[in-house]
Amino acid sequence: MTESVTSAALPDARAGKPFLEVKDLQVHFPTDDGLVKAVNGLSFTLERGKTLGIVGESGSGKSVSSLAIMGLHKGSRAQVSGEIWLDGSELVSMSVPEIRRLRGRQVAMIFQDPLSAMHPFYRVGDQLTEAYLVHNDAPKAVAKKRAVELLDRVGIPSPQKRFDDYPHQFSGGMRQRAMIAMALMCDPQLLIADEPTTALDVTVQAQILDLMMDLQKEFNSAIIMITHDLGVIAQMTQDVVVMYGGRVVETGNVRDIFYRPEMPYTWGLLGSIPRVNRSGDGRLKSIRGTPPSLINLPKGCPFQPRCDYQQYVEGHSCVDELPELLQIATGGHRVRCHIDSEKRKQLFAEQIKPKL
Amino acid sequence: MTLGVSESQSPEGDLPADHLAETSEAKQIEGRSLGQIAWARLRKDKIAVISAIVILLIIAVAIFAPLIVKLNGFPPDQFNRTDANGDPLLNTRDGGIPIGGLWGSGTSSEHWLGVEPQNGRDVFSRLVYGTRVSLLVALGGTILAVVLGTVIGMVSGYFGGWVDTLLSRLMDIMLSFPTLLFIMALTPVIADRGQDLFGIPDDNRLRLGVLMFVLGFFGWAYLARIVRGQTLSLREREFVEAARSLGAGPAYVIFRQILPNLLPTLLVYTTLLIPNYITAEAALSFLGVGIKEPTSSWGRMIADASDWIESNPLYLFFPGLALFITVLAFNLLGDSVRDALDPRAGRS
Amino acid sequence: MGRYVIRRLLQTVVILIVISAITFFLFWATPANPALLICGKNCNSETVAQVNATYGFDDPLIVQYGTYMQGLVSPGGRTIGSEGSERECAWPCFGESYQNGIPVWDSISDAFPATLWLAVGAAILWLFFGVLLGLIAALRKGKLVDKLSVGLALFGVSFPTLVFGYLLLFLFIVKLQWLPFPDTANAALFTVGPVKWLQFYILPWMTLALVFAALYTRLTRANMIDTMNEDYIRTARAKGLDERTVVFKHGLRSALTPIVTIFGLDLGGLLGGAVITEQIFSITGLGKFAIDSVLSNDLPAIMGVVLFAAIFIVVANIVVDVLYAIIDPRVRLS
Repeated sequence: MTESVTSAALPDARAGKPFLEVKDLQVHFPTDDGLVKAVNGLSFTLERGKTLGIVGESGSGKSVSSLAIMGLHKGSRAQVSGEIWLDGSELVSMSVPEIRRLRGRQVAMIFQDPLSAMHPFYRVGDQLTEAYLVHNDAPKAVAKKRAVELLDRVGIPSPQKRFDDYPHQFSGGMRQRAMIAMALMCDPQLLIADEPTTALDVTVQAQILDLMMDLQKEFNSAIIMITHDLGVIAQMTQDVVVMYGGRVVETGNVRDIFYRPEMPYTWGLLGSIPRVNRSGDGRLKSIRGTPPSLINLPKGCPFQPRCDYQQYVEGHSCVDELPELLQIATGGHRVRCHIDSEKRKQLFAEQIKPKL
Repeated sequence: MTLGVSESQSPEGDLPADHLAETSEAKQIEGRSLGQIAWARLRKDKIAVISAIVILLIIAVAIFAPLIVKLNGFPPDQFNRTDANGDPLLNTRDGGIPIGGLWGSGTSSEHWLGVEPQNGRDVFSRLVYGTRVSLLVALGGTILAVVLGTVIGMVSGYFGGWVDTLLSRLMDIMLSFPTLLFIMALTPVIADRGQDLFGIPDDNRLRLGVLMFVLGFFGWAYLARIVRGQTLSLREREFVEAARSLGAGPAYVIFRQILPNLLPTLLVYTTLLIPNYITAEAALSFLGVGIKEPTSSWGRMIADASDWIESNPLYLFFPGLALFITVLAFNLLGDSVRDALDPRAGRS
Repeated sequence: MGRYVIRRLLQTVVILIVISAITFFLFWATPANPALLICGKNCNSETVAQVNATYGFDDPLIVQYGTYMQGLVSPGGRTIGSEGSERECAWPCFGESYQNGIPVWDSISDAFPATLWLAVGAAILWLFFGVLLGLIAALRKGKLVDKLSVGLALFGVSFPTLVFGYLLLFLFIVKLQWLPFPDTANAALFTVGPVKWLQFYILPWMTLALVFAALYTRLTRANMIDTMNEDYIRTARAKGLDERTVVFKHGLRSALTPIVTIFGLDLGGLLGGAVITEQIFSITGLGKFAIDSVLSNDLPAIMGVVLFAAIFIVVANIVVDVLYAIIDPRVRLS
């Protein structure tokens, strides 16, 4: 893969660098109503064989970030800045023809709703081979063989026959499997899965997640898992980024986020997971209020209008000042909150944890 | 035709600024009804405002035709042979073409748009009176088509079952008719029959009615299909279910709950059907099956003028321009109404 | 698929029968006395009786309708006229003209080629320009080209055929004299050669095509904009396909599907006669035949041309449905 696109990369750029590094990514959309600031300073790193979870409500900037890594904002009105280093190449400054060669081959994407994400007029098999043939100068028969193999691998029965079906002839779960097979056609090193199981029922969801973990072991790919489902995060990922209003509000490894969360928004997310053995009054807690407008982001903490713990901060800094994303432990656990770290730990232990 | 070009394109160029103003407006008025929002948008839309003014002017011309014609003093069916000085208006030796004026059209300070060849009737007066025919027929036909289409579509969609099957087949059949041919063939036949059956003379009052009737009668099926589809989906919505479970009867649900939700569709369809029917009336009269002499109609004028296209092109130009401007104004307004009601439709 | 086509065909036959019945009863029931139309100024009680006997006007309407339909469905056609003056009317028998006694089918088949050329030529024009402009506008959305196309389309939609036809005629024939006045003799391609033929048809094509081209521009633009926002277009880009493949293979295919439907119906409608255009440019096609028949109260001719046109519309409907099922695989199963 090194022969690919190196024009933007220094020859020794790879040494010691992580496989994927996103630095201060910003994505803004100018619209008639004003500038929509969808992503504001997203940073994370990811190694091969590992899975990163990005979690947040709809409109928190998760999907927009993933599209930026694919370079799919190029040619639109979106303004993308920051750096995305993938295997030694910088993607934000890369030209469209260059990044097109990466798409599908080095980075592949599994989309949310496979019914609308697959072309209704073309056979599933042809859509798979198309992904292969665009990057490989191979005869159609080779592509077909590969497609059938992968359809089989993702668990589609009689793949030889299903190759000729149209997407609408597949069930929801099978379409998602086919979508995964399509993403795997060129052995991508990085897989971005955007809500891959949201449209599926629970049993199928579990199968698909198992499948993805198996495939990750097999292909040693890095996965970015975008979801609002913390169950998926817990099962699949090693590292987690919690996004709110286009900003990272908390990040750390999966244990930090589930056992030692410090950001009130993360508490809210955890409180809204249904659990059978939940103590307390057994009611799910929802976070009051609605996500902020990405056009008029609050001057202070993006979560401030919905935060129930502002009284633990002196003065008006929650309203006036954007808290920094500060490291609080050695393991890379970072939190964006004005409340004192010790106080947060105490609040979590006394008020939140007992109710989870 | 340059007038038309500048009219349609210069406001078009102003779109972006206009658009911005409009959306910021939309932000402030959050919480208002769709109708209020649409109205606010329309008032900000320059194209809509201009075309609405043009349409109002045209309607005023139609209503006040007798007064307007008094201005130049020539009734539309008066044969004028000489001007105020007693000089002849028409060259009787040369087939009766007007003498003098711009491009042999006989325009003068008395006859502003010239006179008709052969008969010497005043073109301006005839054009003004033609507005009446155009608008009357188009409005009448549109009202009939919209009422029929709405009622039949709602009944079909709401009741379902065999009623729906029957009405849907009827729509299929109506849509399979070669409409223009059929209207063309039927208009004289019905006019003729009206004379026999009801003892009404086949004059232009009857013809006006017949034109409205055939246009409306052959134009409802398409709308009925749209209305049926929307009614089908509205019927399943929660608020309708709720009303029904509370014991509301079909009439209440249809008129109080479904009809209000169809209004945007009906409004858009109506504004776009009117120019269609204006064109259709002109076409029928042009073909000689619509309005007859001596009543003036733009289509009739174009048909008459087509014989003089070489010697007196202006005679053809005026009714053509009137027709074009009227249709354009209605189409522009219709488009703006649609955009205002559904901002995603045209501009997304 | 086969079953689907057969079912649609059966429906079509029913629709055609209903249309023919409605048309027949409307036209035949309406004139107080059709015999008066035929004998005209020579009418007296004797001639009226004679005409009534010859044309079977004394029979109940339903019998007359049966006789008429027999001429259309029976391979042998039917006989016309009373005893002593009978003559065969070969299939398909639409009756004889009241005006000149010519079998209506002969007139229709004479007039049809002119209409066919007119409609097909115009269709090629409007399809080409409509789809092209709409596509460019959609891909350059918000740019100058887009605004120009949108403005042009609105302008075109608002230009009544009647006005545009005469404008072209005045401009290119009267004023600039680039083209000769329309001469019906030049309407036959194989006798006059392509140059005269093109000279004859070019303006009628443009006239007929304008409104459609404008409508198709708007339609293509709207469909294409919708399609390019679809998720599967994003998928196609995510695969690494180049933009041309994305637009033409993935985008245009979906955007054009509804246009195929509308195109079929529009063309089918026009094959029954483009009355206004034919009238303006003196093309002796079905439309001109129809209007002449209407103006001379020639009932069998009117009836014939209306039915003929209805057949085209109904057939176009089936063709479009089948075509749609071929293009869109989702339709096939249902």
